[in-house]
Amino acid sequence: MTPELALISALNGISYGLLLFMLASGLTLIFSMMGVLNFAHASFYMLGAYFGYQIAKWIGFWPALVVAPLLAGALGALVERFGLRRVHKWGHVPELLFTFGLSFIIVELVQVIWGRPPVPNDLPPELQGHLFTIYTTTFPISRGFIMLVAVLMMVALWLVLTRTRIGLVIQAALTHPDQVEALGHNVRRVFMLVFGGGCALAGLAGVIGGVVFVTEPSMAAVAGAIIFVVIVVGGMGSLAGAFVASILIGVIQTFGLALDYSLAGILRGIGVEVTPSTFGYAVWKLTIAQVAPVLPFLLLVLILIVRPRGLMGTREG
Amino acid sequence: MNDGSLSYRPINLGRWIIWGGTLVLFIVLPLIFKQGFARTLLAQMGILIIFALSYNMLLGQTGMLSFGHAVYSGLGAYFAIHTLNLIGAHQVVFPVSLVPLVGAVFGMVFGVVFGYPTTQKSGTPFAMITLGIGELVFACSLMFPGFFGGEGGISGNRTVGGNFLGIKGLNFGPDVQVYYLIAFWCFVSMIAMYAWTQTPLGRIANAVRDNPERVEFIGYNTQRVRWLVLILSSFFAGLAGGLSAINFEIVTAENVSALRSGGVLLAAFIGGMLFFFGPIVGAVVFSFFAIALSDITKAWQLYLGAFFVLLVMYAPGGLSSLILMNLRVMSFGKMKRLRDPYLGVALAGLTLLVGVVLLIELTYHLTLEAGGASTITMFGFPLDAHGRETWTFVIAMLAGGGLAFEYMRRRFKQEWDAIHVEIEDWARENPEQA
Amino acid sequence: MLRLSMKMAMVACASLIASLAAGLVASDAALAQTQTVKIAFIDPQSGLMAPVGANILHSYQLIADIANRENWAKGVKFEIVAFDNKLSPQESLNAMKAAIDQDIRYLVQGNGSSVALALSDAVTKFNDRNPGKEVLFLNYAAVDPDLTNSKCSFWHFRFDANSDMKMEALTSYMAEQKDIKKVYLINQDYAFGHAVRKAAREYLSRKRPDIQIVGDELHPLAKITDFSQYVAKIKAAGADTVITGNWGSDLALLIKAAKDAGLTANFYTYYAATTGVATAMGASGLDHVRFVGYWNVNNDKVGSLGEKIVVEFKKKYNDDWYTMASYTVIKSLAEAFNKTKSTDPVKVAFALEGMKVQNVNGEVEMRNTDHQLQQVLHIASWQKVDGKKVRFDSENTGLGWRTEKVLDSFVASQPTSCNMQRPARPD
Repeated sequence: MTPELALISALNGISYGLLLFMLASGLTLIFSMMGVLNFAHASFYMLGAYFGYQIAKWIGFWPALVVAPLLAGALGALVERFGLRRVHKWGHVPELLFTFGLSFIIVELVQVIWGRPPVPNDLPPELQGHLFTIYTTTFPISRGFIMLVAVLMMVALWLVLTRTRIGLVIQAALTHPDQVEALGHNVRRVFMLVFGGGCALAGLAGVIGGVVFVTEPSMAAVAGAIIFVVIVVGGMGSLAGAFVASILIGVIQTFGLALDYSLAGILRGIGVEVTPSTFGYAVWKLTIAQVAPVLPFLLLVLILIVRPRGLMGTREG
Repeated sequence: MNDGSLSYRPINLGRWIIWGGTLVLFIVLPLIFKQGFARTLLAQMGILIIFALSYNMLLGQTGMLSFGHAVYSGLGAYFAIHTLNLIGAHQVVFPVSLVPLVGAVFGMVFGVVFGYPTTQKSGTPFAMITLGIGELVFACSLMFPGFFGGEGGISGNRTVGGNFLGIKGLNFGPDVQVYYLIAFWCFVSMIAMYAWTQTPLGRIANAVRDNPERVEFIGYNTQRVRWLVLILSSFFAGLAGGLSAINFEIVTAENVSALRSGGVLLAAFIGGMLFFFGPIVGAVVFSFFAIALSDITKAWQLYLGAFFVLLVMYAPGGLSSLILMNLRVMSFGKMKRLRDPYLGVALAGLTLLVGVVLLIELTYHLTLEAGGASTITMFGFPLDAHGRETWTFVIAMLAGGGLAFEYMRRRFKQEWDAIHVEIEDWARENPEQA
Repeated sequence: MLRLSMKMAMVACASLIASLAAGLVASDAALAQTQTVKIAFIDPQSGLMAPVGANILHSYQLIADIANRENWAKGVKFEIVAFDNKLSPQESLNAMKAAIDQDIRYLVQGNGSSVALALSDAVTKFNDRNPGKEVLFLNYAAVDPDLTNSKCSFWHFRFDANSDMKMEALTSYMAEQKDIKKVYLINQDYAFGHAVRKAAREYLSRKRPDIQIVGDELHPLAKITDFSQYVAKIKAAGADTVITGNWGSDLALLIKAAKDAGLTANFYTYYAATTGVATAMGASGLDHVRFVGYWNVNNDKVGSLGEKIVVEFKKKYNDDWYTMASYTVIKSLAEAFNKTKSTDPVKVAFALEGMKVQNVNGEVEMRNTDHQLQQVLHIASWQKVDGKKVRFDSENTGLGWRTEKVLDSFVASQPTSCNMQRPARPD
C-alpha cells in the first residue's frame, strides 16, 4: 500500500461515498415521511441520468443539470399524488410493493424509449481532463465535480430544512403530521413536496453519475442495492447517519479493492502453512479485494442483527 | 371413542372433487399439449407453483414479507445438482426421482441457519434483512467457484440415474417424463402445504400475522413461530430448487439472485396472498408472462410490471380475491345484473388495451430496430411503424378506448356497489346465515 | 369522424389483402426453388455488452445478405434470427429451446465462454436424446481452450483461435520486446479469464523467465463501471505492461480509467479491436495498445475481399466490421451445403470436419480431431491513419490498427487432448 495508492483510494472512496449520499439523502427524507423504503428511488437516479442525457442533447449539459432533476422531481410528485396516496390506505406492505412494481416499470419504460444498450452520455468538455496530480496519478475533474455538487447539495439541504419556513414545516410534519395539520398547514401537499424533492435529489445524482460512469438500464439495480445498505447502516430517518454511512461504505468498497491480503497470507506470515489441501482453503485464500463486493452486505446483515436502529437512527421502522 | 359412543363425520365431497380434479388435470395436460414448448412451460409452472406456495406460507399466512426467498431454493438447487453429479460419478447411490428431496433438506438446513437471526423481527426490518442476506449469498456465490461454479454455474445430467424402477426408457431424458416427476412432487407438496394450514402451527401463524401482541398474551412465542414457519417454507423452496436443477440441468448464480426472489414475490402477490390457491393462480399467470409472452414480445416485463402495479393499487388481494368476490356475488344470485356492465367494461378495456399494446410495441420497434424494416406484424396485421395512419389509429384506440372504459367503469361500479349494499342489508337481517 | 374511420378501415383491408397476396406469391416462388436455413444468433443484446452483440449481429446479417445475393449455397438462403441471452447461461438454454421450437438447427454464439460451455453441453445432451433433430453449435468467439480439449464435442465447431493459441502468438511477439520488465495481469473472473492468466504465466516463464509478474487480478464479468481502483493498483505495482483478456465494456472502461488516471503502461490485449475500445482509447492509446487477432483489414491489399465487406458494412451501419469469423462461419456452412447437397446438420457436421476454406484472411482449415479452426494470427498496434499501412480508422477516431507481425497457423497451433464421440456416419 504505497502512499500514492492510499491517497488515490481515499479520494476515490470519498467521491463515490458523496455520490451515494446524494442518493441516500433523498431516500432518508422519504423514509422519514412514509415509514416505508422507496424501492423506486434508484429508478429516479436512472431517470435523472437519462433525462440529463436527452436534455443535454437538446440544450447542453449545464442547463440539463438544472432541468433534469426538476423533471425527475415533478415525476416523483405525480407518482405520489396519483399512485402512492391511493395505496397508502392499504398499509405498509402494499406501499412497499407499489414502489417495487414501479421500479420495474420505470426500468422497462427507459428501455422502451432509449433502448437496451448504454447510451453515449459523455462528459461535457468542461469536465474532461485532470484536476491535479498526486505523485504520478491524475485525479479527474469529473470526480472533483461530484464532490463539489454533493457538498453544495448538503449545505443547501441543511439551509432549507433549518432556516426556511417550509423547511421547519417539513421537519415538524415528519414527526407530528397530525398536529401540523391541526395548525392549518396542507400536510398532504408537504408530503408530495418531500417525495418530489427526494426524487429530484436522486435525479441530480443521476445526471452527474450518468456522465461520469455509464448510463444504461441496469444502473438502477446496482445503485439500489448499495443505497439500501447505506440507509439501513446509517440509521433510517437520520440524515447525519446517512452521511456517515455513505462515506463509510464508499471508503470500505474502494479501499477493499486495493488490499490483496488474505487470511492464508496472514497465517503464512505468522508461520502457519496453508495449502490447497487444508480444510476450508476456499475461504482462507480469499483476498480482501475479492471479498470487497460482499463487504457492504455483510455490514448490513450484521447491523440488522446487532443494532437494528442503525448507527445513528432514531426509528426502527 | 373409548366410551363406546359412535361418531359421524360427513365426507367433504367438495374437497375430494377439487383435489381429484387437480390430479386428473395434472395427468391429462401433457397429453393435450404435445409440443415441446408447451410441455416445458407446464414443467416450469409446476416448479413455480411449489415455490410460490412456499413463499405464501411466509407472506400470506404469517405476514412476513421476504425479499430473499430465492436463497433457499437456489441453495437447494446447488446441493441437488451436486448430488446428481455424484450419482453420475458413481460415488453415491441415490434415486434421481428423490434428488429434489435432497434440495428440500438442504433448503431446510439453511432455513434453520439463516432463519434464526432473520426472524427476530418482523415487518420492514425482516424484509430488509432478507434482502441483505439475499444479496450476500448472491455475492458469495461468485466468490466460491469450487461449489458454485462461478459464472458458468454447475451442470448436470438428469439421465445418470439409469432407468426409474428398472422400466426401460424411463430415464428422465425426455421432457414429458420430467414433467410427470415435477407434477408428482407438485401435487404432493400442494397437499402437504394445504394440510399444514389446518394444523395448530398453521393457525397460530395466521394469528401472528393478524395480531402478534395478542399471540404473546396467549402464551406463544411469536419469534419461535416465525422461525418454524420459515424452516418449513424453506423446505418446500428447496424442493422447488431441486426440481429446477433436474429440469434445467444447470444451476447458476441466477438461482439465488434478487431477480428470482422478486419473481416469486410477484407471482404470489398477483395470485393473491390471502387464499391458499392464490399463489397457484399467480404462478400460472406469472409463467405465462415470463415464458410464453417473452417469446412474443420484448416488452413483456413492462406488461408484467404494469399489471402488478395495477393490482397493487386496485386489487391488493390479488386475482384470487377478484375471483372469490365474483363467486360471492354469484352465490347470492345477483350475477346476471352484472352481465351488461361486465361486457361493456371488457369491450372498452380491450380497445384501450390494444391501443396501449400497439403504442408500446411500435415505440419498442422504433427504438430497438432502428436499422431494420419499419413494419411489424401485430395480431397478423402488418403495421408500418413510421406511417402516420398507424399512429392515428393508435391514438384513436387510446382516446376512444380510454373514454369508453372510464364511462363503463363508472356504470359497473354503480351496479357493483348497489349489489353489495343489498347483500349487506340482507346480512344484517339474517346474521346467522351470513 | 365516420368517414375517416371508414377510410382507415378500407386502407387497413386493402393493405392486408395486398400483403397477403404478396406473401402468397413470394412464398410460392420461394417454395419452388430455395430453402431458407435459419441460424440462431444467441448473444447479449442488453446490458453492458449490448453494443458488442449489436455490432456482431449486424455483421452476420450483412454476410447473410451477401451470401444470399451471390448465391454461395446453391438453392439455400440464410436467415439470421436473434435471441438475447443477457450473457446468462440459463437464458441461453432457454434461447436454445425456443430456437429448436422454431425449427432452427444451427446456433451461433461467441460472447462469453461460460455461455458456450453451457450451450455445448446442452446441445450434446439434446442431440443424444433426440436423434433426427440434431442441432449444431458454431462457436465464433468463445475461446476457452476446454471447448476443444477436455470438453470437446462432435457437435461444436470453433471458428476463432482459442485463448492458448492467441497467448502463444502474443507471447512470441512480447518475447522480442526487450523493454518489457514488469507485467500486470488483469482478467475477468470466469473460465476464459482464468485460461488467459494461466497461459500468460506459463508461456512467459517459458519464453522470457526474466519478466516479473507484479500483479494478477480477477474482477467480476460485465459488472464494473468504475475501474479507477484497479488502475491505481496497476500503478502502485509499477508495471510497464498490462496483459488482459478483457472484452466489451470491461476493456473499454478499463482503458478509459487508465487514460483518466494517466497510466502510461503498454496494453497487450485480445480484444482491443472490438466495439467501444477505440472510442475509449482515442489518441492517448497511440502506440501503447496492441491486440492479437485473426485479421486486420489494414494489412490486406487494396481492393481485397475483406476491404469490400468493411466498406459495405460502414455504409449500411456506420460501424466497423471486425468479426471476420462471421464470414468464415457462413462460408463454411455454404460450402458444406454444396458438398453434401443437403442442410441436414449431421451430414454438414461430417463435411465441416477437416474442411479447407478460402477465407478473408487466407486459407483456413477446420481441424478434424478437435473442431478447432487453424488460421493465421496478427499482432497489431494502435497508430494514426497514414493511408499506407493504416488505411481504415476505427469508430471514426482517425486512428487504426497497424499489423506488426503475422504468424502462420502452425506457429500458434496447440496440441489437443480431445477425444470426441462421433455418431454413425450417414450415407
